[in-house]
Amino acid sequence: MTELQAEQGAQALDGPHPQAKTRRNREVLIALAVFVVLALLPAVFSSKLLLDFVIRCAAYGLFATSLNLLVGYTGLISFGHGMFFGLGAYGFGLMMQKTGVPIPVAFAATLTITFVVALIIGAICVRLKEIYFAFVTLAFQMLIHSTILSWVSLTGGDQGLRGGIPRPPFFGIDLSNQLHLYVASCALLVIGLFLMHQIAQSPFGYTLRMIRDNAIRASFIGIDVWRAKLTIFVLAALFASTGGIIMALFVSGAYPEFAYWTISGEGIFINMLGGVTTFLGPMVGAVLLLILNDTVTRLTDYHGLVLGIVILFFAIGLRKGLMDFVVEWYAQRRNSAGERG
Amino acid sequence: MTEAGKPPPSRCEISLARPHSGAPQWMLPLDLDALTGCLASSACLVTQTTSGLIIGMLLFLVAVGLTLIFGVLKVVNFSHGAFYMFGAYFAMTAYQISGSFALAMLCGAAGTAVLGLIFERVFMSRVYGADVLMQLLVCYAFVLIFDDVVRMVWGPEFKSMGMPAAFQVAPLFIAGGVVPPYYLLLIGVALAAAVVLGLGLARTRIGKVIRAAAHNPGMVSALGINTGLIYGGVFALGGMLAGLAGALAAPVRSLTPGMGFSVLIESFIVTVIGGMGSILGALIGALLIGLIRSFGSLGFPLFTEGLMYLFMVIVLVSRPTGLFGKEVA
Repeated sequence: MTELQAEQGAQALDGPHPQAKTRRNREVLIALAVFVVLALLPAVFSSKLLLDFVIRCAAYGLFATSLNLLVGYTGLISFGHGMFFGLGAYGFGLMMQKTGVPIPVAFAATLTITFVVALIIGAICVRLKEIYFAFVTLAFQMLIHSTILSWVSLTGGDQGLRGGIPRPPFFGIDLSNQLHLYVASCALLVIGLFLMHQIAQSPFGYTLRMIRDNAIRASFIGIDVWRAKLTIFVLAALFASTGGIIMALFVSGAYPEFAYWTISGEGIFINMLGGVTTFLGPMVGAVLLLILNDTVTRLTDYHGLVLGIVILFFAIGLRKGLMDFVVEWYAQRRNSAGERG
Repeated sequence: MTEAGKPPPSRCEISLARPHSGAPQWMLPLDLDALTGCLASSACLVTQTTSGLIIGMLLFLVAVGLTLIFGVLKVVNFSHGAFYMFGAYFAMTAYQISGSFALAMLCGAAGTAVLGLIFERVFMSRVYGADVLMQLLVCYAFVLIFDDVVRMVWGPEFKSMGMPAAFQVAPLFIAGGVVPPYYLLLIGVALAAAVVLGLGLARTRIGKVIRAAAHNPGMVSALGINTGLIYGGVFALGGMLAGLAGALAAPVRSLTPGMGFSVLIESFIVTVIGGMGSILGALIGALLIGLIRSFGSLGFPLFTEGLMYLFMVIVLVSRPTGLFGKEVA
């Protein structure tokens, strides 16, 4: 479906960019370099806290960036994206606890489940207009949350999946070892970000931007808007689910909070914090929010109060995310430098 | 979060206690015996309907403010639950100081009206031009801030206002069902609010101006009417109704920071089911959700909330703008 859609998009635009291939090669190199740097980090800093922090960043970063594919690129304000995060965590955790299949199999199976669920929910939701889309996705999120809470015999109800998720070694990788888990999370993060960037830069990605800016015009030039929206909804769900799997591996369990609407709220907040106009904005936002959360909870009991004031600062004071701000500032500086030179 | 909407324990639940059924292990909890048993007994029917009605009426008061604010300002007030919470806390404090129930209600409603006005004029009015996300974010920030303010001022523990002495009388028995007199007052006040609001919007000059502002704010301000004042007024009115709901709920619910949240989510469901911007829709939606809650808690004790969301999904899929929503809200 994606390729088909991409072809349509390519026809709608000027055809694929001639330098697309060299650009992709460069991006592969950058991704590899980032991965190597992240993987070598434990050799330099032996702090376990840092590794934990990066693992959590990987989970939240994948989740938030995938949400940005919907919010920033397609203009679909989903208030229920967190359901796929929860679905990933619960699907993977249950698969490992109940069936004992190897980790890669459980990983693939969880993504398959997410694919099917996202296809059904997306097919219902994406035809709705923005505010209704937001609320129906929220309703589905809460539906999944209440199912998890009420299906005690399977999910453990409000206690969550307890007793730990078994993490048997595979291909010499032992995910119960923190270092192995760290490297695996980094790999998933880098691969995920790379793939999402490819999607965003592809003709299909430009089709999405067009739908965001003017859906009627897009449909006039022959783009099946419903289908394009559904495709990105499902793709984004898969990446969010991967984030959930990392989280489940990290805490060795799954809790109803992973599927609660606040996860979606946090995702949107992360997007705003980092900025939705740049690809890396949500990743920056995820790191910022986690740092903020960690320091604020250490300093005060009134964690919401401080967080709220910070949000207000961004929403009313800056009126944009941090990366938007940086990008604009950089462009302005370059312009004025150009004028002077 | 299940706390706020839980119907009070009814007698029939005890009388209908049934032997443990050997349901398969991975089944969703389902108790159809209790539900059909209740539907067959008039006493249980009356009790459950009343409890559904009071849940519905409280939800209506919150949801109607939400729908009004959306209709006029085109803003989804995500922090509306906080007004419900403040209404309850204001009422409790006023009652503890003065001992007067009427004064407590007044304080709850007036306090949140002032709060709504300030909130709109100082903060929300700054993000009207911005996109929906910014507005949601400002509201989200205030959800967090208000909850912590309540925690600071009144403490994090559960509080209770207690039933005023005037209502500590024997419950009424209607067709065998137990109906506390306070419930009747609550339903009456909410219905009165609905009628006054409906007539006020339809018949009075101010109502006309508000409807005109919802339709075309540019024209209204060109005619020399201060739209900022109307916006602030509508927000204050919405806040007041939510505060009144909180004050009315204070004697029958326990008070806790974050109590506004479940009410908020439910009133969203109500407005979305009824159609954003429609007052009649809010009333019908609220009653439906109230009844689903009270009867659903018998048949699906753990899945009551899921039932509401399911209902919302069904309504939206069949009628994307809600039961009474217009195509262009």
